[in-house]
Amino acid sequence: MAKNALGREIPEFIEGYGKTKLFQGAFALKPEGYRAGGKIRCVNSTCTDKRVSDIKAAIAASGLKSGMTVSFHHHLRNGDFVVNMVIDACAEMGIKDLTLFPTALFGVHKKLIEHIKSGVITRIMGSVNGPIGQLVSEGGMDVPVVLRSHGGRPRAVASGDVHIDVAFIAAPTADQYGNICGTQGKSACGSLGYAFTDAQFADCVVAITDNLQPYPAAPISMSQLSVDIVVEVPSIGDPAGIVSGTTKVTRDPLRLLIARYASELIEASPYFKEGISFQTGAGGIPLAVTAFMKEAMIKKGIKASFGLGGITGYFVELLKEGLVERLMDVQSFDLEAVRSIGENPKHIEISADWYANPWNSGAAVNMLDVVILGATEVDVNFNANVNTEADGALLHGTGGHQDTAAGAKLTIIAQPLLRGRIPCVTDNVYSVTTPGEVVDAIVTEYGITVNPKRKDLLDACSAVKGLPLVAMEELVSRAHKMSGPTDPVETEDRIIGVVEWRDGTVIDVVKQLKAK
Amino acid sequence: MRRTMLYLPGNNPNMLTRGYLFGSDGLVLDLEDAVAMAEKDTARILVQHFLKQGEFGSCEVTVRINGVDTEYWKDDLAAVVPFPALQGIRAPKVDDAATVKIIDEELSIIEDKNGIPVGRTKIFCLLETAKGIWNAFDIASASPRVAAIIPGGEDLTADLKTSRSKEGTELDWARRMLVFAARAAGVDPIDTVFPRVTDDAGLRKETEFIKQLGFEGKSVIHPNQIPIIHDVFNPTEQEIEKALKIVAAAKEAAERGQGAVSVDGRMVDIPVVKRAEYTLLKAGLLEVK
Repeated sequence: MAKNALGREIPEFIEGYGKTKLFQGAFALKPEGYRAGGKIRCVNSTCTDKRVSDIKAAIAASGLKSGMTVSFHHHLRNGDFVVNMVIDACAEMGIKDLTLFPTALFGVHKKLIEHIKSGVITRIMGSVNGPIGQLVSEGGMDVPVVLRSHGGRPRAVASGDVHIDVAFIAAPTADQYGNICGTQGKSACGSLGYAFTDAQFADCVVAITDNLQPYPAAPISMSQLSVDIVVEVPSIGDPAGIVSGTTKVTRDPLRLLIARYASELIEASPYFKEGISFQTGAGGIPLAVTAFMKEAMIKKGIKASFGLGGITGYFVELLKEGLVERLMDVQSFDLEAVRSIGENPKHIEISADWYANPWNSGAAVNMLDVVILGATEVDVNFNANVNTEADGALLHGTGGHQDTAAGAKLTIIAQPLLRGRIPCVTDNVYSVTTPGEVVDAIVTEYGITVNPKRKDLLDACSAVKGLPLVAMEELVSRAHKMSGPTDPVETEDRIIGVVEWRDGTVIDVVKQLKAK
Repeated sequence: MRRTMLYLPGNNPNMLTRGYLFGSDGLVLDLEDAVAMAEKDTARILVQHFLKQGEFGSCEVTVRINGVDTEYWKDDLAAVVPFPALQGIRAPKVDDAATVKIIDEELSIIEDKNGIPVGRTKIFCLLETAKGIWNAFDIASASPRVAAIIPGGEDLTADLKTSRSKEGTELDWARRMLVFAARAAGVDPIDTVFPRVTDDAGLRKETEFIKQLGFEGKSVIHPNQIPIIHDVFNPTEQEIEKALKIVAAAKEAAERGQGAVSVDGRMVDIPVVKRAEYTLLKAGLLEVK
């Protein structure tokens, strides 16, 4: 057992994970060596159609066997049919002991529980939300899940930490030779950002589509160069679960208040000037921050250079109005975003590698000025937890939290001080996802709490009349006073989750919950 | 300043805890219309608890009690008046000066009993009937405790046997009357609430209108309304700049022993200086005298 740079105790070896590398600091680890190579393919003119008859035929043709690793993207979100469809077929074909390597899982995937229990899936590397998270937290899997950020995942693939045997890529549009895109078709989801690395590095790539177009399909997001098999199915997803309608700014006064403070913090910062770039996501508070920033940008007469990450209709509106010059879209959240990425050349599809991988020649997050994030808990050292709830159960994926926090010049975590009775600010987070060294400020309804290491930011805020600054100690004491004492989480010794920092070092581990 | 006085339901601990964070000038902890009959006691206890140990920031804290025609009003007063956090009570359905006097007497008894300087608790009168509006000046001058008079919205409309329109035509005369009565008596005229909480444009239009009539501020039913009302009531940068010039010129003239003075080619006399000082007061650039 050794302590990492945050003082978290990490075993040298974790059963089912292997030898651990200790987290040394956000930017401490420098990689050496070469990227993992892909399998060489050779397809000549005797093959002009990569289609097979159905999913089982595709699985058979892919060479997938028990014990291998399969990957999926989550662009169809809660409307996805593909993960369940493929794993059901694997189960029927007697394939077992699979490692599931999704970019994220959703509530719709709770059906996988039966496949976990029957041994079809024995390992998950990726976020485990909702019922699967609960199952894993209570010890329902023999091997710990590995949680990686959106940037940490392509890093793990490109560096050879994870080898994908077969990537199953849900393709809203494809042609028979494997050119695919996400912006067209009845199951359109916009950007296919998270799938690019899988297409590039997997030994075999299967495109699953419900909108087959004559060769060559256009536009093309991922090309025939990396797709080996194409299979047409009646439907890859439920449009209602894939994209939401128009995303609206919240009317909740508390969230609006927090968003207003966050916006005022950004305005007070040195980054609020012509060419500012920001990522605000689709949550209630971040979206409202964007709305307040819009007002402030108009007032000051400045424009943003780009908006990054998950893109909503609200961002599209800013692009149309000329307040943002470009959108770099790794995930399109709503109908407007899907429409825009298909039509507007200033709305650019980017891969997760491009978005956030720390081990390439420069990810988009490095160019980011401001990011607004959430967290289930933040502690006095500004360490943030997004993976577990206060009760210790795995509940959320890491998403781009680590990557944007590490990349942005100003990282703001904005959220109410309490969720129900659970305080969001605490002495010590149950589990660390993102280290305090890359978190610059917490914004709650009580005001702005600046990380003391950002003295420049503190000075900038102090210079603005009426900006409510709250010291971390005061915030914690207020949270304690309001929530009262909470029982500590009771756990077994067994590790059921490994939280990797984006560079592959272990920032924390999550233990199995004691049976109640 | 009483630009915004936010109602907080007296039976909602979440709103009572966080209400002051929304930055209104005042709070109205409500024991009357927001609280169902079955919850009157609960709300009274909760509000008392919050007055005892809650936080209110820099807000002026008032409690809307139940009307003098109910069985609750004396208990309401007895529960809230002893606490230093309370600055005033908002009395509903005040029809005449006699109602003010009844409340005034009861307040004096409670204040005296609790060792509080008699007269400390101010009264904010809600004029919710035609009779109340007709008696506005008498009500406003019935007691030195009266700090403001406020027209009713829904109740007044019902008493006028009409309905509430988008344009507020039915309240037009009452509002004008109320401003005259308040100003004549030296108390603040504060407007009624704007009920359509998602109609930001409508709220802005109505606030601009009542500001022009001479109102000091508005009652607020939803926290999201506060920034809009403040935006209307806050002086613009040009207004502040002009006011600063006028006050500076007047000061200089006074030092030289002159009366009237010229600013930007216009004669400035005492009322203009007073108005400029009031602008600076609202902009937070002048201390309250």
